[in-house]
Amino acid sequence: MFPKYDVIVVGAGHSGCEAAVAAAHMGSKVLLVTMNMQTIAQMSCNPAMGGVAKGQIVREVDAMNGYSGIVTDHTMVQFRMLNRSKGPAMWSPRAQSDRMLFAAKWRQMLEAHSRIDFWQEMVTGLIVKGGRVRGVRTGLGLEIESDAVILTNGTFLNGIIHIGEKQFGGGRAGERAAKGITEQLIELGFEVGRMKTGTPPRIDGRSLNFEAMEVQPGDEQPGRFSYLDTPPLEKQLPCYITYTNPEVHQILRKGFDKSPMFTGRIQGLGPRYCPSIEDKVERFAQRERHQLFVEPEGWHTVEMYVNGFSSSLPEDVQYEALRKVPGFEQVKMFRPGYAIEYDFFPPTQLKATLETRLVKNLFFAGQINGTTGYEEAACQGLIAGINAHQAIHDRPPLVLRRSEAYIGVLIDDLVHKGTKEPYRMFTSRAEYRILLRQDNADLRLTPLVHELGMQGLDERMARVEEKRQAAEAIERFFRQTSVSPDQINGYLAQVGSAPLVQKVKLHSVLLRPHITMAALSEVLPHVADFLSQYKEEYCQLAEINMKYEGYIRREQEMVQKMNRLEEVPLPEQFDYKSLGALSAEAREKLSQLRPRTLGQASRISGVSPADISVLLVHLGR
Amino acid sequence: MYTKHDLQDTIVAIATPPGEGAIGIVRLSGGQALPIANALFHGKDLHTQPSHTLHYGTIRDQGRIVDEVIVGLFKAPRSYTGEDVVEFSCHGSQWILQRVVELCVAHGARLARPGEFTLRAFLNGRMDLTQAEAVADLIAAQSERAHELAIKQMRGGVSKEIQALREQLIHFASLIELELDFSEEDVEFADRQQLLELINRVRQLARQLMQTFRLGNAIKQGVNAVIAGRPNAGKSTLLNALLGEARAIVSDIAGTTRDTIEEVRNIRGIAFRFIDTAGIRDARDQIEAIGVQKTLEKIRQSNVLLYVFDAASLSANEVHADIERLCARDMELLAVMNKTDLVPQRRPADFASALLPGDRIVPVSAKDGQGLTLLEEKLYDLVIGGHVSFAHTIIANVRHYEALQRADEALAAVASGMADGIPTDLLALDIRRAITFLGEITGEVSVDDLLDNIFSNFCIGK
Repeated sequence: MFPKYDVIVVGAGHSGCEAAVAAAHMGSKVLLVTMNMQTIAQMSCNPAMGGVAKGQIVREVDAMNGYSGIVTDHTMVQFRMLNRSKGPAMWSPRAQSDRMLFAAKWRQMLEAHSRIDFWQEMVTGLIVKGGRVRGVRTGLGLEIESDAVILTNGTFLNGIIHIGEKQFGGGRAGERAAKGITEQLIELGFEVGRMKTGTPPRIDGRSLNFEAMEVQPGDEQPGRFSYLDTPPLEKQLPCYITYTNPEVHQILRKGFDKSPMFTGRIQGLGPRYCPSIEDKVERFAQRERHQLFVEPEGWHTVEMYVNGFSSSLPEDVQYEALRKVPGFEQVKMFRPGYAIEYDFFPPTQLKATLETRLVKNLFFAGQINGTTGYEEAACQGLIAGINAHQAIHDRPPLVLRRSEAYIGVLIDDLVHKGTKEPYRMFTSRAEYRILLRQDNADLRLTPLVHELGMQGLDERMARVEEKRQAAEAIERFFRQTSVSPDQINGYLAQVGSAPLVQKVKLHSVLLRPHITMAALSEVLPHVADFLSQYKEEYCQLAEINMKYEGYIRREQEMVQKMNRLEEVPLPEQFDYKSLGALSAEAREKLSQLRPRTLGQASRISGVSPADISVLLVHLGR
Repeated sequence: MYTKHDLQDTIVAIATPPGEGAIGIVRLSGGQALPIANALFHGKDLHTQPSHTLHYGTIRDQGRIVDEVIVGLFKAPRSYTGEDVVEFSCHGSQWILQRVVELCVAHGARLARPGEFTLRAFLNGRMDLTQAEAVADLIAAQSERAHELAIKQMRGGVSKEIQALREQLIHFASLIELELDFSEEDVEFADRQQLLELINRVRQLARQLMQTFRLGNAIKQGVNAVIAGRPNAGKSTLLNALLGEARAIVSDIAGTTRDTIEEVRNIRGIAFRFIDTAGIRDARDQIEAIGVQKTLEKIRQSNVLLYVFDAASLSANEVHADIERLCARDMELLAVMNKTDLVPQRRPADFASALLPGDRIVPVSAKDGQGLTLLEEKLYDLVIGGHVSFAHTIIANVRHYEALQRADEALAAVASGMADGIPTDLLALDIRRAITFLGEITGEVSVDDLLDNIFSNFCIGK
């Protein structure tokens, strides 16, 4: 019934969808297997994409021809560039999407791909022969053959949902859990762990009093995620901000004795940075209020999402407490919040390509690797999809460096450090934040995947080249064009900047704090004239390159310094056990994790600088 | 520099200095140290003896006794290198020591390279970088103070201070990062004033450490004190008096000293290198002219100028003119008011000025040794300085100093950035750089060329 596939992707969430697209873009024939074709690309938690650090990841995924950015652009109801007041490294795009449109658009884009087939069924096992994956087995007892398999099971593996004292199996509200895969992987020698995450109640927007809340509108000039020309956002929906209060906390406390969190029924470790409301009330008892974001679920629905009120308390406690929140006095719930426990596989069992060490051509991506977040999942899917294709064709893998992409940081952290709680990306995890900006992901990454042989990149590559040249031309203009005191002193006086005493280059004026290219362009007609031929995006890049040149250079110097370790390869078969000079822990960790470079080795917890020095010496450095 | 196999070798070297001594020690380290030692040693079976024990026996070469020795056993990991170590205490003949080394080599050991024992100790985690560097200093220590300093560093004093600074910065950085990553969430922002105070505090600490470098360096390298002045001021007499021996030729004839003479004298644990120079005057002949030239050069290379003048014949104005001519900006000055035996009524105050404070003038009679104790005390105080005490951690290593300097520069950028209101993420960038620089000192950041540099500064067998 089935042909033999190059790649089978199990699961059609953010990770699985990107994996299927990436493998197909590389040229593989792909089968996407999901338990339910109606829930492809569900936003299981809040209806938003991006945010601080996560927005950068979506841009990186887009730069590598992933679809998350395009789908978001087509379906968003609000766009904001966060952190505008901070430096360009912190600017982070974030969008609210229409949940239903988002899933529909994803499915439409997947269906448009001739190399992607679909099958709706639960995968219950893998076909593994001779240490190599050969396909999957389904609940109906079918065997489907492939050269590679990518598991993106999200929260479905032995998922258990908790609401108060009730608990039942399930991968998501209203959906079954998946069984069989974990058990087989344990038999194959995989280590498995449990994690926990949660989601807040969904409520009826018609029952809310928005007058009692703060309005948070989108940006006046909304941006977008894709580097391609996705349609601009014409109108937007606002979000709302409100707060809990002591009365709310009092009601929540009444339910603590029935909370699966506090009674110990949930054993999995949840994310510290995304705590449930009961956790917040318990751990930060001194705080009188906690912020809640009320987010619209879409253009044509009254459903709303209460960000910040994730809970697994009994539904009646959730309901009662919500009613004491300003604006929520008459609230009606569509469904209560819940906590979900699921299996994950400690990611230190993976290579930096996301292939498992134990089974050849078997890849893991997304939440089963212990991450949280759509963006974190999506980018792993993309990398696994590319590397699955590369692996079956014996081509070099794509392993991004920490200095190249947030994705590089994420995967490097996962496979070398592992994670005990659900891993979320933060900008602080990246050492070279100013190099990994949302405005330059295309320059950083599109050429890389182009070189690997990914198809359909002609337009993106042309734009990358155009952008690079434009930025150079603009920079040249600023370095060569002079400005005289009489042209600009009036403006400088307005903004409290020291007046010029003689003609200087525009460049030196731009370098002053609080002086922007846009402002110069408003005051100086010849600058406006020149810049008008370029897209705003290009001007922005040139401006960042000039204004932050010192910082960019300093960070590049650090990269070079660190890269000396990154460039020292460690032989795959290196016998760490024989190096008595290594600490016992380092010997064990290095033998288990088999880093490819000294740089990777240096980030493994338990491997000390002295151990690295030992390796350096042994490698004859 | 080292290849993979090198570190699995068992190494051997003579661990005591060359020359005849009552005893000499040959040290053997590595996986084969015990079998090799056992093969040479006639006495107990060393394999069965516990660690940290001494054993009497003989070393034999094909049955012929080479020497009677005491063998010290130090088993891994509780040894200097962290490997099995055997030390042979032999009689101190170079021939015997050499022979023992040769026998070890014949049984499979390899001659150790400079610093290799300490390299292994470092690689085996027995010491961190600053401690390894301290070993080099310890071995080279020429004075009590230098020794004390090295011991302190070896025990981790410097590492501890730097780590404390680093931890404060990491704490600071985490406050900033919290703000950056959770800007959308309801976090309380860090108090800017407090952050600035923290930065200033860390900078102050860093600078205190940097200030100790001059002292540390003086202790480690010794202090160059140049003795200069007009002909016949009594410079050579002063040198002889300080040394307690007639090192320099003295006469009444002006210009007796043509070339410079250098001698080391230990004052309260610090090595002072006294440099006697030709008197400064308009030269009468070419040789003298060269001597004067050389004097000026020596002065430029010194830390301290001991300006000697004849209190009986010079006026205050002449003294000031000399000092202006001789004293370079970066050096400490002491004026030695000599020949007080001839003019007991003169007082330092007679020569004091804004340029030359009275407490920098020491009345001395070099001829009969009057005032020398006071002079020595003043010299010592000058170098140690009022604000630095030995209770402090002292930076004596140029690598540490430079890293502190770079960290301080990065922190200066943070402080000025805060004043200019630059975005927080850029502040964070400079804080991270400072953290990295400090980490380099203790080796928390592994940089390969550091190792080469550090370990090539060692002497063999130490």
